[in-house]
Amino acid sequence: MPENTPTPGAVPEGAADGTPHLQFRDVVKKFGDNTVLDDLNFSVSQGERVTLIGPSGSGKTTILRLVMTLEELTGGYIDISGQPLQYTERGGKRVRVPDKQRRRTTTQIGMVFQHFNLFPNMTVMENIIEAPVHVMGLGRDEAADKAEALLDKVGMAWKKDARPSQLSGGQQQRVAIARALAMDPEILLLDEVTSALDPELVGEVLGVLKDIAAETDISMLIVTHEMQFARDVSHRVMMFDQGSVVEQDSPEKIFTEPEHQRTQDFLRAVL
Amino acid sequence: MGGLTDFVENFGINTEALVARMPVILEGILVTVQLTVLGALGAMAIAMILGLAQSVKLAAVRIAARIVVEFFRGTSLVVQLFWFFFVLPLLGWQLDPLFCGVLALSLNYGAYGAEVVRGSVGSVPKGQYEAISALSLSPLRGMFRVIVPQAWALMIPSLSNLLIQLLKGTAIVSMITLHDLYFQVDQLRRTTGTWYAFGFGLLAYFVIAWVLVAFMNALEIRAKHRIGRGPSLRESLGQLFRSPGRKQIGGELA
Repeated sequence: MPENTPTPGAVPEGAADGTPHLQFRDVVKKFGDNTVLDDLNFSVSQGERVTLIGPSGSGKTTILRLVMTLEELTGGYIDISGQPLQYTERGGKRVRVPDKQRRRTTTQIGMVFQHFNLFPNMTVMENIIEAPVHVMGLGRDEAADKAEALLDKVGMAWKKDARPSQLSGGQQQRVAIARALAMDPEILLLDEVTSALDPELVGEVLGVLKDIAAETDISMLIVTHEMQFARDVSHRVMMFDQGSVVEQDSPEKIFTEPEHQRTQDFLRAVL
Repeated sequence: MGGLTDFVENFGINTEALVARMPVILEGILVTVQLTVLGALGAMAIAMILGLAQSVKLAAVRIAARIVVEFFRGTSLVVQLFWFFFVLPLLGWQLDPLFCGVLALSLNYGAYGAEVVRGSVGSVPKGQYEAISALSLSPLRGMFRVIVPQAWALMIPSLSNLLIQLLKGTAIVSMITLHDLYFQVDQLRRTTGTWYAFGFGLLAYFVIAWVLVAFMNALEIRAKHRIGRGPSLRESLGQLFRSPGRKQIGGELA
């Protein structure tokens, strides 16, 4: 792994013992005959924010879904703080990690989806406290207080009793961000969180995320088409194509003087 | 047997006979309603269990549920009823006729309902299942807090149809000595002839079915409102008697 070049003012420290927060080892993901990720290796340090860019179909979203265990690894390993997520090696054999243990690991991971995926049968407040109460075992009042603070942070406290269907896309996404943060994730996965929004609503969501990035040391893995946002919040940008890393570097470097032709072509097309 | 002219000529007398028999007819309606309501509750419970069992990870559970569904869906309601009432006593179990009726209706319509439950649970958007995973909610909790409440709104129109069929299915229980609405209509026939008695029978079942449809429509409107689709029940009282599953006016916000 090359040294990260962090953005000024927010230097990720990394775990004291040097264990990466998130590590992909020889990861292979196939859908049928289609190989989406081919022998992928990379890691994310504690507190580091990494943005994945690249053409659609390059496997960026699959990476996030693998970390969230929404997809099953075909080959290789993913470790979270050195703990195996989906598979582990035992006596030279690749062994599946049981569901219960997977769920224990994934409580440290939060994800925000392109289509928000709020629960329509619950109010904003209920959406947020459901997991803290029933997964983390928080008391209802405590969870509600915490939810209120988070809703305040994303500017949605005034809508806490509304149903998702009564909110705009941008509002729903801000609630979804609060819902993910309510679980105190150590890793946050942002999967094209503004792609389903009307253009005028993109700003409010990115604004909230920038604030969160500035205030917390949550490690983030971000897939986005918003290059300015990637530039503003990431410590490192990874350019993907056809399931492997073309190049990775600080956002300044990638966006101003990318080394590879493939990156140059991609950025020319999207910027 | 008198024809239509008979029906018209004797309408007055027949109606007097009907009024005279009204107390027993009402008792018959009560039996029919009891069978319908208890049968529907039993069927709903069985439908939920067998429907959800088919989405369980463990293959043995899925297969077992599948077999039960196919068996009770594929065997005749009348034969099932006779089994519970005439065959089980031979094996030493004498069941109450009303219980037999409810049991047969529950199992038969529960098997049909299981398919409705399975289908609607599968129709809840994939993103909802993914959000459950992403929040590390247990599959069981996710199923009952997130998936079933949404699937419920989707399954009601089909359940409405099954409920009406179940109501009409109850008409066979007079074969196992129950004095239900059909039995009383048949008794009425002895005094009034076929035209009048079965004419009344049609009407009586139709009115009960109509009440059931209104009730199910109310459930549907409420369920849809709860997942943010469509107006509240209070705002849509006028739509209670529409056909099941029809789009509500002003609905589909989501």
